Amino acid sequence: MPIKKNELEELIKAALPDAQIELKDLAGDEDHWQATVISAKFAGKSRIEQHKMVQEAVKSRNIHALSIKTVVRES
Amino acid sequence: MVTNEIYERIKSDIDTYDVILFMKGTKQMPMCGFSAAVLQILQGLDVDFKVVNVLDDDEIRQGIKEFSDWPTIPQLYIKQQFIGGCDIVREMHENGELEDLLREKHLI
Repeated sequence: MPIKKNELEELIKAALPDAQIELKDLAGDEDHWQATVISAKFAGKSRIEQHKMVQEAVKSRNIHALSIKTVVRES
Repeated sequence: MVTNEIYERIKSDIDTYDVILFMKGTKQMPMCGFSAAVLQILQGLDVDFKVVNVLDDDEIRQGIKEFSDWPTIPQLYIKQQFIGGCDIVREMHENGELEDLLREKHLI
C-alpha cells in the first residue's frame, strides 16, 4: 500500500525519536521506498537488529518495498 | 504457524549447507530482483552455496520468515547464522565484510 513520505517519516520517528531519516521514493509511486536511518539507538546492536527496529516501526503499514540502510550515530 | 515438520526441514537444510540462500526462483532463473541481486553477489565470490526456491513450497516460504523472524525473502545463512536479506548482503559485499566472513569461516 502506498504511503506518503511524511507519514513514513513519522512512523520511524515515533520508534526512533533521535533518528535522522532520508527517504527516497524509488519508483515514484510512494510504494517502493529507500530509507537511510541514522540513530544513536542502533549502538551495540547487530545490523539485523537495527533493521528489525525499522521494520517494526513501519509494520502497521503494508509497504510493498522498503529498502533499509541503518547507520549508528556516534554520540 | 510453522509446523514442526517444516521447521525441522528448514533447520536441517541450514545445518547441512554452510552457505544457503532462500530465494524466489532458481540459480538459473531468479524470479525477483532482490533474490537475483544476492545470487549475483554469491556467484561473484566463487563460493559453494545451496539455493532453496521458496516458490516451490508455500510452507517453506512462510516458514522461513517465522524461523528467522525476518519478514522478507531472500535470506542468506552462513554456517547456521542468519546474515540478512538483500540490503544487508549488498552492504556487506560493498564494504568487504561478506568476503571477510566467508574467508574467516574457510568457505572461500
